[in-house]
Amino acid sequence: MASLVIAEHDNASLKGATLNTVTAAVKCGGDVHVLVAGSNCGAAAAAAAQIAGVSKVLVADAPHFADALAENVAAQVVSMAAAYSHILAPATANGKNILPRVAALLDCQQISEIIAVEAPDTFVRPIYAGNALATVQSSDAKKIITVRTTGFDGAAATGGSAAVETVAAQGDAGISAFIGREVAKSERPELAGAKIIVSGGRGMGSGENFKILEPLADKLGAAMGASRAAVDAGFVPNDWQVGQTGKIVAPTLYIAVGISGAIQHLAGMKDSKTIVAINKDPEAPIFSVADYGIVGDLFTLVPELIAELG
Amino acid sequence: MKVLVPVKRVVDYNVKVRVKADQTGVETANVKMSMNPFDEIAVEEAMRLKEAGIATEVIAVSCGVAACGETLRTALAIGADRAILVETDADLQPLAVAKLLAAVCKKEGPGLVILGKQAIDDDANQTGQMLAALMGWPQATFASKVTIADGKAQVTREVDGGLETIKINLPAIVTTDLRLNEPRYVTLPNIMKAKKKPMENHKPADLGVDVAPRLKTLKVTEPPKRSAGIKVPDIKTLVDKLKNEAKVI
Repeated sequence: MASLVIAEHDNASLKGATLNTVTAAVKCGGDVHVLVAGSNCGAAAAAAAQIAGVSKVLVADAPHFADALAENVAAQVVSMAAAYSHILAPATANGKNILPRVAALLDCQQISEIIAVEAPDTFVRPIYAGNALATVQSSDAKKIITVRTTGFDGAAATGGSAAVETVAAQGDAGISAFIGREVAKSERPELAGAKIIVSGGRGMGSGENFKILEPLADKLGAAMGASRAAVDAGFVPNDWQVGQTGKIVAPTLYIAVGISGAIQHLAGMKDSKTIVAINKDPEAPIFSVADYGIVGDLFTLVPELIAELG
Repeated sequence: MKVLVPVKRVVDYNVKVRVKADQTGVETANVKMSMNPFDEIAVEEAMRLKEAGIATEVIAVSCGVAACGETLRTALAIGADRAILVETDADLQPLAVAKLLAAVCKKEGPGLVILGKQAIDDDANQTGQMLAALMGWPQATFASKVTIADGKAQVTREVDGGLETIKINLPAIVTTDLRLNEPRYVTLPNIMKAKKKPMENHKPADLGVDVAPRLKTLKVTEPPKRSAGIKVPDIKTLVDKLKNEAKVI
């Protein structure tokens, strides 16, 4: 049997989360096929065909797939499910929206946000905001899985040469419609895939004060993030949130500024390679996970750090 | 329009959970339990729809052990009109809960179901989407704004990189994200009133649902601990360490 990976894409390009999901699919055994359901999504499909380890790319191209409405994409996946033992999607907002719908239609209990494949039917997933890891074995005929991208290295984006096939597109369910999107425009990398992240917490004091982190992020080519406390206080938008209720990240370098280190925040970033904490409270829990901590006033230390980086 | 609000009883979000020594799960004996925070936001949203004259009745539902009745009393104290407890000692997984809720939906015929996007215990993030699938209804997950008009719901959703707005036909399922609203505090008079509100009791068998688990938990372990590093005295040392020791910049 084979695995089907639901590609994360914006029709024109493939999102990096697809690569991590392919790696998880390879570990499940068998061939790996990728479904690109979109509208005028030829470019995304061509990119998927380049991924190392993918043997076939299936394209469902129709106007009602343009914005990945769950009702339409789930119906498409279900129509193709018979050929697969495993169906996987990245645990992104999109994957988390669509895949449980697929699972229920197939009468399968989804396995959410896996971080390891122990066997084709056995997976490890975090529970309780990452404070415990559960190893679970599925008795369902098909394994429907979302993949926590930080748990798996990305497959090589090039080197593969999968066949691209068009599949029959299922119709528009006609019960939902896309109205619009407000995407925060930023020159900076996306939080989920950034190599370096500069993150601010309640200690920043205000949304205005987050501006002092911008030159630091610019200098390092970093994405900007925040703790839930900073989001709840209205300093920055919710899509900056790193943590169990926000994004799970694992950059090479994570710089936590004015973040105390609540459990729910640590759950979102503790897999970072190197963690730096800047906080005025020497007892802050963030220091218990930081490789390098510095105690002091962030409003002095951050400008110093920017200057030192030159 | 009836609004149905499923709520889950979970370990309180302030509790530091501990993994049991025998690796069968986490310690839940003598631990404070509360309503799942995302479900609290769902109850609040339902109440606002009622106060705006859109919802006529708010019905809270919970599936699980008898003590879930306490969680339902909290929903009633926030303002729900009545409650339904689907009582079972079985280990309920999201698909089974979605099936139970689908059975309740078929009996009650709500125009809208609002529930939390995920429960903070199993972190599955599945029940709402599964219920939508089983009912053949549209879904709007991770909602940060909900407007009901002309038999449709316009919902702003929290997605990667920003916000997205969709319009879905009713009946529909909405799952809540953090910024949808700030739940009200429960007052003592309302807690007293909640005790008099009606609560029905059902068993999964009455609803014709097989709740047998599909996932077997082989073990539950502590995540690998990250050890604390060092404190550096100044920024110069920090930059030196990042460059020459960690080699990350």
